[in-house]
Amino acid sequence: MDDFASDTDSDYTSYWRDWFISSRGNEYFCEIDEDYLTDRFNLTGLNTEVQYYQYALDLVTDVFDMEVDDDMREQIEKSARHLYGLVHARYVVTTRGLAKMMEKYKQGVFGKCPRVICESQHLLPMGQHDVANMSNVKLYCAKCEDIYNPKSSRHNTIDGAYFGSSFHNILFQVYPTLMPPKTQRRYEPRIYGFRVHASAALMRWQEERREAMKDRLRQRGIETGFEDEDEVEEEVESEEEEGEEAEDGIDDMFEGQMPAAAHVQ
Amino acid sequence: MSSSSQAPESWISAFCSLVGHEYFAEVSEDFIEDDFNLTGLQSQVPMYKEALEMILDVEPEDASDEDEEEEEDEDEDEDDMQQDGTDGPGRGYRRATDAAAAAAERRHLRMASDLSVIESSAEMLYGLIHQRFITSRPGIQQMAEKYELGHFGHCPRVYCHSAKVLPVGCSDIPGQETVKLFCPSCLDVYSPPNSRFQTVDGAFFGSTFGCLFFMTFPELDIGGQMPEPSTAAQNSTNAAATKDSRSSLSSSLTSGQTQIPPPPIAGTVANAQLPTQPESINGVTPKNLAPGLGQGSIYEPRIYGFRVAEIAKTGPRMKWLRSRPADVNELDECRIWEQNQEATRGSAGITDGAADLGDSEMADENAEVDEGEVEDEEMHVNGAAPPSGGTQDENAAPVKEVTSRRRPSRRRGHDVLHNGENGGTALSVGGAG
Repeated sequence: MDDFASDTDSDYTSYWRDWFISSRGNEYFCEIDEDYLTDRFNLTGLNTEVQYYQYALDLVTDVFDMEVDDDMREQIEKSARHLYGLVHARYVVTTRGLAKMMEKYKQGVFGKCPRVICESQHLLPMGQHDVANMSNVKLYCAKCEDIYNPKSSRHNTIDGAYFGSSFHNILFQVYPTLMPPKTQRRYEPRIYGFRVHASAALMRWQEERREAMKDRLRQRGIETGFEDEDEVEEEVESEEEEGEEAEDGIDDMFEGQMPAAAHVQ
Repeated sequence: MSSSSQAPESWISAFCSLVGHEYFAEVSEDFIEDDFNLTGLQSQVPMYKEALEMILDVEPEDASDEDEEEEEDEDEDEDDMQQDGTDGPGRGYRRATDAAAAAAERRHLRMASDLSVIESSAEMLYGLIHQRFITSRPGIQQMAEKYELGHFGHCPRVYCHSAKVLPVGCSDIPGQETVKLFCPSCLDVYSPPNSRFQTVDGAFFGSTFGCLFFMTFPELDIGGQMPEPSTAAQNSTNAAATKDSRSSLSSSLTSGQTQIPPPPIAGTVANAQLPTQPESINGVTPKNLAPGLGQGSIYEPRIYGFRVAEIAKTGPRMKWLRSRPADVNELDECRIWEQNQEATRGSAGITDGAADLGDSEMADENAEVDEGEVEDEEMHVNGAAPPSGGTQDENAAPVKEVTSRRRPSRRRGHDVLHNGENGGTALSVGGAG
């Protein structure tokens, strides 16, 4: 069974994994290397997770050639998909898996952040749990550091455990340059150009948090990771206190990004 | 396109039933016929008169008299080239039928050539009227019905638990941005999931509508399909618990799995300390103040169950965006300011307000910072103090004093606006100082 496609069941597709990752709805998956799949060590513990484990593994590695009835075939097919998903979660945190996913990420295969301020930042698939059948796959935006539901319903049925809760964070640990700069801009609810007190108060509170965090980071000499940090950072505070209306007009719904006026504290 | 009155349904309902126009409310004809509501739109829309007629399904022949007479003079200087088209049929109607027929023919010719221009003008005009209509009483009511039915979709953010969203514009000027969706649960705007909405101008909804809507209907439950209150509380205690016992691997693992109710440990203490929550904070019930934010609703990056440290190069930096005080009293800037004022007057040093503030902030930040946190927090409290080494060595009392002096200056601006607050308008000019 470890010989690649030695005797494939030609009635079915000869490359199960090719078929799987190219079928509709499975765009998020990358192809797992043959070597990885056939290394028993990588599959440790999965035999208890997957029904018909051996058959499913045979099917995934294209060596399944048993004659079974349709019901059974369906069962094994399902198990194979499940197995592939679980192995996928392990594979994507390996060097090669990360490289493959990074390519997909760069191409924007996983979609773009729906948040307007994130300006179509590419997303990464992730799971909230590492255990199967707990939640569906979610999409992580590295810019706003939040998670979103995939907009297509066909992706909403994928189990989050097929990507795992660590993968996207590991990806940025391994490729720190991919980390997008954060932005301090945000949407401000307004009525006829006036900010609304309840949300504005909350936002001021949040911004205090942010400044506190930046202070903590600066104290340790760590980059804060915000875009245009130098110009904006001192400006934000003062901008809140002083004549704001003078600077941004009615239609400027996003705050921050103030040009650095001659203003030194 | 469904343009004229030959169609069984009106132009407005045809327009609203087009693909991609699902967000639009049907503006009532009464609203459009009231000239006051159209103030200033003439200069914004080319072929204004024709567009208006198209929207109202008014054939130029049988255009209502008031329409004709009132708008004629304005029209004349605006678009002279239309004169023969519009005036002719109007007069024809009044004089004789055969003249009207000839005029209708001319109109037909004109329509054929200009139809697409008028059509797009009509869409633009309708959109601009729509922007005004949905902030009017009948309009906002209609939008409320659509909102209740979920016509606008749901927030894509996981922690908003499918809170219903509203279409808004980020600009009131047409041609700048497409329509966006405003989520009241996280106070953020999102792009509509379907690309067909990317042709809809955001100005047709306007920047005011989103917020005005939720102020008009403060009793709406905006939280989406939140977990049960009890589980929500448990979740938050869970989060608090894991934050407190950060060394405990087991608890940090379970916190990712919100389904499992955690053992009520340290978290409950934190909850017990929570002072009584006001009925209304800054004009909003605490329940409806960004329910999708705050503890338990902030994504926490983890690797193999361990949280990624803030001080990591790729560590979390955006938690502030989704944070919300567990104790909403912290947002009562006016009260805090007053307390600080009193404290300064009494010069007693440690005040309720300052202590309160310091405490709660520390409780929140506990997790991220370790040994050095006390100094960090104090630093923060006294307002973006320069990170000079001095503060590190100061003991609590002097810092508190600084705090109470700093606070007033920061809050002074907001004090003014709070006066209007009791009226329930909750409308205030940010940073009026």
